[in-house]
Amino acid sequence: MKLRSLLIAGALVATAAMAAELTQFSPEKSQITFVSKQMGVSVDGRFKKFDARITVDPAKPETGKVQLDIDLASIDAGSSDADNEVRGKNWFNTTVFPKATFVSSQVRVVGGGRYEALGKLTIKGTTRDIAAPFAVKTEAGGAWFDGSLTLNRLQFKIGEGAWADTSTVADEVQVKFKIFVTGEVVPNAAKK
Amino acid sequence: MTPGRYTRTAIALHWLMALLIFSAFPLGVYMHDLPLSPTKLQLFSYHKWLGITILLAAAARLAWRITHPAPAMVDMPRWQRIAAHGIHHLLYVLLFAIPLSGWLMSSAKGFQTVWFGVLPLPDLVGKNKELGDLLTELHQSLNFGLLLLVGAHIAGALKHHFVERDDTLRRMTFRYKR
Ligand code: HEM
Ligand code: HEM
Repeated sequence: MKLRSLLIAGALVATAAMAAELTQFSPEKSQITFVSKQMGVSVDGRFKKFDARITVDPAKPETGKVQLDIDLASIDAGSSDADNEVRGKNWFNTTVFPKATFVSSQVRVVGGGRYEALGKLTIKGTTRDIAAPFAVKTEAGGAWFDGSLTLNRLQFKIGEGAWADTSTVADEVQVKFKIFVTGEVVPNAAKK
Repeated sequence: MTPGRYTRTAIALHWLMALLIFSAFPLGVYMHDLPLSPTKLQLFSYHKWLGITILLAAAARLAWRITHPAPAMVDMPRWQRIAAHGIHHLLYVLLFAIPLSGWLMSSAKGFQTVWFGVLPLPDLVGKNKELGDLLTELHQSLNFGLLLLVGAHIAGALKHHFVERDDTLRRMTFRYKR
């Protein structure tokens, strides 16, 4: 009798540990990159600074929550000329709108180990509902949330004036994210 | 000595390439100074397409030249013959070195070259800012060399035509008859 309840208690503790929520966003490991098309040619870029507030159980991502803040002036658009240009008024206008934010409202299970974070993306004063598909990969000490989505830059007025011409810079920009999150005590999160 | 003229193919390629270079060169100088704009992105692409076209034409021309020797030179002092030959050789070298440096520069800067927007050229070097800046300087220096050599080349051709009044220039044209 005693032994049995001990075993049950033990199992409960184990599940609780396995279901532990991860809350520590790792800025060193995480990456936000993007690919734009200029004159039909793919050009890589990335954001060097961003911050996320995340609570997520890698075993049950659908209960997770995320708020992501991207420091737009930290952009690497491929060349220093391009960096200066895209910080300017016609593009991100970073002096007035320093940050882009994504706030999730819901995470949907797509199936096959894939999920979709639904929420509001705000860039340059424009807020739109977006869906960011992602997959989860646990590893020692935390979990990766990897995904990508295509944004239409003109919906956010990114690239105004002469730059609105999509034959030189395409409207579609592919954004990729690899977010690593750890938790303080997750001895069992690595199992799986 | 009764030197013949260049083959029609050699003549056609010579003038076609001269035309392409007289377009690519000023375009390069002009676009380099433009502030970043859609126009600049377009001109950069056009310049790269033109430059790769020149590279292909140079390959065709060299292949033709190897299989079809140039006619013996018009009679002239030894130093002039050596100078003319030297310049021709260096011009051939630059016809390859300049577009190749441009191609590598583009790769190093992370802007792939896609010929006429359809044929992607492989990036032979990875993205690397220092290498990109170095290749940009190389591309510029080689172009400066081209400017000097073509200047001497044209001056020589005109001197033969108007001062010596020999057949040098004429045998590089279709109208040459003996
Ligand atoms: C024979 C062929 C070519 C000629 C005569 C040529 C000539 C030039 C000249 C005169 C410049 C301006 C340099 C300056 O003012 O600083 C230039 C710049 C440039 N060329 Fe070329 N070029 C050729 C081929 C190419 C090719 C094949 C590519 C790339 C695929 C290329 C890419 C560039 C780029 C990117 C610049 C701008 C560099 C900068 O401003 O940062 N060029 N070229
Ligand atoms: C970017 C411009 C040019 C380049 C790169 C260029 C290059 C060359 C090269 C490599 C040759 C040697 C051909 C061979 O032996 O296979 C040649 C021959 C010649 N070029 Fe040019 N050329 C240019 C422009 C001109 C111009 C503008 C003129 C006339 C004013 C000219 C006149 C000649 C003549 C007359 C020859 C024949 C020389 C002979 O009799 O051996 N070229 N050129």
